[in-house]
Amino acid sequence: MLQADPILQTKDLSVYYGANRVVTEVSLDVLRNRITAIIGPSGTGKSTLLRCFNRMNDLIPTFHLSGEVLFEGNNLYEPTVDATDIRYQIGMVFQRPNPFPKSIFDNVAFGPRINGYNGNLADLVEWSLQRAAIWDEVKDRLKSSALSLSGGQQQRLCIARTLAVEPTVILMDEPCSSLDPIATLAIEELMRELSEEYSIVIVTHNMQQAARVSNYTAFLMAEGDRVGQLVEFGESRQIFTNPQDERTEAYITGRFG
Amino acid sequence: MEEQANSHDRSEAPRPRNRRMWHGVPLERVIGFFLFLCAAVSVLTTIGIVAVLVWEAAQFFGEISFFDFITGTKWTPLFASKHFGVLALVAGTVQTAIGAMIVALPLGLLSAIFMSEYAPNRIRGLVKPVLEVLAGIPTIVYGFFALLFITPLLRDVSGGISVFNGLSASIVMGIMILPMVSSLSEDAMRAVPRSLREGAYALGATKLEVSTQVVIPAALSGIVASFILAMSRAIGETMIVTIAAGQNPNFTLNPLVPIETMTAFIVQVSQGDSPTGTLEFKTIFAVALTLFVFTLFMNLLSQYIVARFREAYE
Repeated sequence: MLQADPILQTKDLSVYYGANRVVTEVSLDVLRNRITAIIGPSGTGKSTLLRCFNRMNDLIPTFHLSGEVLFEGNNLYEPTVDATDIRYQIGMVFQRPNPFPKSIFDNVAFGPRINGYNGNLADLVEWSLQRAAIWDEVKDRLKSSALSLSGGQQQRLCIARTLAVEPTVILMDEPCSSLDPIATLAIEELMRELSEEYSIVIVTHNMQQAARVSNYTAFLMAEGDRVGQLVEFGESRQIFTNPQDERTEAYITGRFG
Repeated sequence: MEEQANSHDRSEAPRPRNRRMWHGVPLERVIGFFLFLCAAVSVLTTIGIVAVLVWEAAQFFGEISFFDFITGTKWTPLFASKHFGVLALVAGTVQTAIGAMIVALPLGLLSAIFMSEYAPNRIRGLVKPVLEVLAGIPTIVYGFFALLFITPLLRDVSGGISVFNGLSASIVMGIMILPMVSSLSEDAMRAVPRSLREGAYALGATKLEVSTQVVIPAALSGIVASFILAMSRAIGETMIVTIAAGQNPNFTLNPLVPIETMTAFIVQVSQGDSPTGTLEFKTIFAVALTLFVFTLFMNLLSQYIVARFREAYE
């Protein structure tokens, strides 16, 4: 099937909020230095699945799960694992840009500072902003508020902020859904560049985006009480040109969802 | 008007709206005017109070030098040898208000952090109403609590503490304004969008780091506003200091001896038998004006700080 070097894996993962099951028995491999897209209609657990990879769901009191989530072969949900250690290695970019109401510099420096970075902070900030392809636009105003940037710039700043803690995986939760087409293209371009060094998982509503940027695609849907089940997973080229499951075909050809 | 409109051919004239009238005036306009009157009552009252204060105080300053008033440290207007140095009263007010803030600021802010960031909903649902009950306790009760419970406790620790002292009043006043600090600060902190917290958590931040480095800076204007409101409340508080701090206008910041605040002095004269129109009587207006200037200054300061340090997140 897939040439194996998974960095993240789920095994029979089911996620519950209280009594509601929102992800059902998903087994999925996320490969190293590839872009994996998670697509599917609204309310099928895509974001919830993504948030299992950095334990962001821990913030929701009623959350619990069964099955396993493995990072480099280790179960993320072992009681001995500290969620903040995980989030330090697995970064996340959100649906809406959420820069802190601080300066551009302080936004990028925030992660390194709290994680006790003791190198040259200015260099790291510059490197991160350059990697996120926003350095040229902000280098003369690092002290101005991050909120003075446009939406697309804010999102690239948030990517820079994520890169600054030097993660190995970047999770992206519909990173372009609040951006215009030009800003979206800039982010997609950036994702392709970043995938040389990082493993990226992206949740998207936009199938064209999944087809354009991802190497692998997972299709989730809900059927009856089996919400958030994995219908098909494979190379994006194959999923979008020759889906094996008729439900996938129906979805990507726009017959539902 | 309505009859005229109705007599027109419907195809030519716009269909007349059946507006509700009140003695020939549109009802909406009447309502608008009535609401304006309601709002005007508070504005006019404020203007009236300030006018009376200024008028009476002006008469006071006709007899007593303004400079002596604001620089003198001896306050004996009810004695045979009269001195009108308001600083003795200001010192009492400042001392008790600052003492109260030393109690209320850390406790209030920390409980706000607890309720907003740490407490599970169930605990928060219990703690918050209980804290707010503190705000509903009559200040006379606090006053007696200070005099009959806190003061004996303090005197057990050190016999050198007077029966009336600023410390006891400060502690109890701090407890009284605590819910104001905690509740308003917590409201400001909870108004910080979840997305900012998530952004910080996603970088590996702990709860403490999220609270102190993201939530508090973003909520700072609301937190500072709560501090200043609480401070104004402490400056203007009357019962607790009258009962527990004494009526000895000592020009001192020593919290262990009897003092008198501006508010306590006003109570003393109002209760006493100084006839209307006498100089003694007019002193309370001068003191009240001083008090008013203090709280006005605090309110202006709070507006300035909120405008200046606002880390707006929208």
